Amino acid sequence: MIYLEKRPQPARALSYVTPVLAVLITMVAGGLLFAILGKDPVEAIRTIFWDPVFGEFSFYYRPQLLVKGGPLILIALGLSLGFKAGIWNIGAEGQYIMGAVAGAGVALALYPLEAWWIFPLMVIAGALGGWAWAMIPALLKVKFGTNEILVSLMLVYVAENFLKAMAIGAMKNPEGFGFPGSRNLQQYPSAHNTEIIAGSGMHWGVAAAFIAAIMAYILLNRHLLGFQIRLTGEAPRAARFSGVKPGRLVLFCMGTAGALAGLAGMFEVSGPAGQITTGFNVGYGFTAIIVAFLGRLHPIGIVLAGLLMALTYIGGEAAQSTMQLPAAAIQVFQGMLLFFLLAVDVLTNYRIRITLGEAA
Amino acid sequence: MTGTLLEIVGLTKAYPGVVANDDVSFSIGEGEVHALLGENGAGKSTLVKMIYGLVKPDRGEMVFQGKVYEPSEPQEARGRGVAMVFQHFSLFDALNVAENVALGMANPPKTGALAEQIRRVSEQYGLPLDPWRLVGDLSAGERQRVEIIRCLLQDPKLLIMDEPTSVLTPQEVEILFATLRKLKAEGTSILYISHKLEEIRTLCDEATILRLGRKVGTCTPREVTAAQMAEMMVGSELHRPEREASTPGEVRLALKDLSVPSPSQFGTSLKNITLEVRAGEVLGLAGVAGNGQDELLAALSGEITSAPGMVSLDGVAIGNKGPAERRRRGLLTGPEERLGHAAAPNMTLTENALLTGAEREGLMSSGFLKWGKARDFAAAIIERFDVRTPGTETAARALSGGNLQKFVIGREVMQRPEVLVVNQPTWGVDAAAAATIRQAILDLAAGGAAVVVISQDLDELMEVSDNFAALNEGRLSEIKPAKGLSMEEIGLMMGGAHGMEVAHV
Repeated sequence: MIYLEKRPQPARALSYVTPVLAVLITMVAGGLLFAILGKDPVEAIRTIFWDPVFGEFSFYYRPQLLVKGGPLILIALGLSLGFKAGIWNIGAEGQYIMGAVAGAGVALALYPLEAWWIFPLMVIAGALGGWAWAMIPALLKVKFGTNEILVSLMLVYVAENFLKAMAIGAMKNPEGFGFPGSRNLQQYPSAHNTEIIAGSGMHWGVAAAFIAAIMAYILLNRHLLGFQIRLTGEAPRAARFSGVKPGRLVLFCMGTAGALAGLAGMFEVSGPAGQITTGFNVGYGFTAIIVAFLGRLHPIGIVLAGLLMALTYIGGEAAQSTMQLPAAAIQVFQGMLLFFLLAVDVLTNYRIRITLGEAA
Repeated sequence: MTGTLLEIVGLTKAYPGVVANDDVSFSIGEGEVHALLGENGAGKSTLVKMIYGLVKPDRGEMVFQGKVYEPSEPQEARGRGVAMVFQHFSLFDALNVAENVALGMANPPKTGALAEQIRRVSEQYGLPLDPWRLVGDLSAGERQRVEIIRCLLQDPKLLIMDEPTSVLTPQEVEILFATLRKLKAEGTSILYISHKLEEIRTLCDEATILRLGRKVGTCTPREVTAAQMAEMMVGSELHRPEREASTPGEVRLALKDLSVPSPSQFGTSLKNITLEVRAGEVLGLAGVAGNGQDELLAALSGEITSAPGMVSLDGVAIGNKGPAERRRRGLLTGPEERLGHAAAPNMTLTENALLTGAEREGLMSSGFLKWGKARDFAAAIIERFDVRTPGTETAARALSGGNLQKFVIGREVMQRPEVLVVNQPTWGVDAAAAATIRQAILDLAAGGAAVVVISQDLDELMEVSDNFAALNEGRLSEIKPAKGLSMEEIGLMMGGAHGMEVAHV
């Protein structure tokens, strides 16, 4: 008989090992999936995990790692604060969109003025846009006890439609021959989120992600607020007893997550994407949820998980084009990663006991 | 009726790291009330769980009515005629008595017929209970009657009762004992678990005493003194807390007409509670569980806020202030529930020391935590209150209940409170540690603090209190000096026998 026995306390070492274990199991199960699809599993895994970093075309892929990883990390860091406290902001995608619209809005309103303060102003506007969008579910939760999961999720669809309205309406490029989409901010020097080191993929958003990771680490490990966040997640009653004000914590966590998601959107629209289009958002806000958990809600873990997730995206695209793997198979592969992570997670709190037959 | 009903031979059960029962043997005669006596952690619960089929013994055997008895699950035990009333009830608040009873039966009759049955049994055994009342509205004593009647409907040969009187007023205890004696007269055997020695002396025929999982003796309770039994239980002479007589000083904590609704649906709202506690005074508050103790503690800790003037500390109105502000001013509290309320289960002792000590112990500066100092503070608590743990980085949930209790009470005591309010401070703690905690409480009072002890243990309250009052349905009785109070008076302050009115209908 196999059964699970609760450990007296969580195994700390295992909580570092399980993400690696999950990645390995995903490789095996993913390999099986690819084999069933008639592709060489070893070749597929190599294309996804190895080639983008060390392969022939890695000069092209490596910067992409940062470009894709940056926003994932930035959003996941914000989400992780709330998740740690049991506040489930599922609407980062919407906050990401609103940050991008707000940031781009500032730039487009000032076009073609050139000034050093335009980009910093866009940064502030982007953060505020995401923050404000996150405040809607936060305030509704605090004032009326609504479920933040539903409200934040629904607001994603509102934001998507708002984005479309902007792309074909107010923000449409007047010189764009009637095509949907705004002016391209890459051609507007004061608003362009340039690469800090040319060719590295390291734009200001990536820098912001790393700074945010350090700040989050300090917050969670050295500051009372971070302690209160963890305490609220672990034992809400003990947190109240300790003096945590639950409402304020909801506002702080949702607000921070929204602001960081908004920043990510703003850096994206002013950099790699360049313009507000109807299909501007590509699901970073949702993928960041996986990144947050894959990284154990730990800032350093999230940085690593964000890069890993970016790798599966880039490698997945490469596998699609070079091996004709269907896009759905890649998505299943990414889903497996979260699935196996949550599955092996059990091991940190439980140990497996195997007994032969009935115990006498 | 002198035959042996249940014989237990060499029962042994080990859990990882601890032997809960080591080679325990005893027997229960037909129609005998047998006491199982021991401190918390002595292995009483494990033993009865094995008899009730909840836990499988590693070794040893049981013989019930002359036949081998190896219950693999409670249903089998019930089938053989073994019933058990647990210390913690498993009842649904939102259902009525009859529905709750039906839920525990394999083939329940129609509710109407069942209600009739319940009424008959309740009259037969003198346990007043209305089958149509909502369990959420019942007192703890009445809930226990639901559990007992549920057992009696099965017509058991052996009734196991786990600390049944911890939730009862003295009058309710009398009713219960009368019922148990009636059962005994009909030939039902009772296995009675308790650590209340006087009760055992009045009720039980035989006693088996456990210490650290082993049987250390048997006695006939009527023929020995309570002190002799206590010595067998503890294994050494007990240190009794001592105190110097002191003259009370200024009023430190004052409640004026405190009325707050309970945050939970079946909780008890506080109604017009007025009291004063002076420097150097210990006020003991008795009451059957669920009569507003949790709510009163929350109203004092700041988890429930009220109008400012309803709570004042050293003359300053603080009723509208939260826990952090009250702690800063010196009002410290220790809730009853250790895991999840007083302490966060998955966090380390260092982190749990921070939970209430961050501000008063200077464990942070402008919001940034000083982990080194927090660790020192946790280590100091562990040292002074003899908390058995591998170290400060152990998770709270890994500690035994008693050790964690020492830690959470110690955490508040070490912060030199101006006013300390504790709920069930020695619940689940062994006798020696309980004495340490009580002594610490008395020392605090001697040092000029005002202390409120809320407890369901009347002996404890009599030992530490200067003044005494009881909570009953959210109201506070008159406050009287603790010295010279009779059990009769205390029982009346606690509300007499809850729910007796039903019996007169």
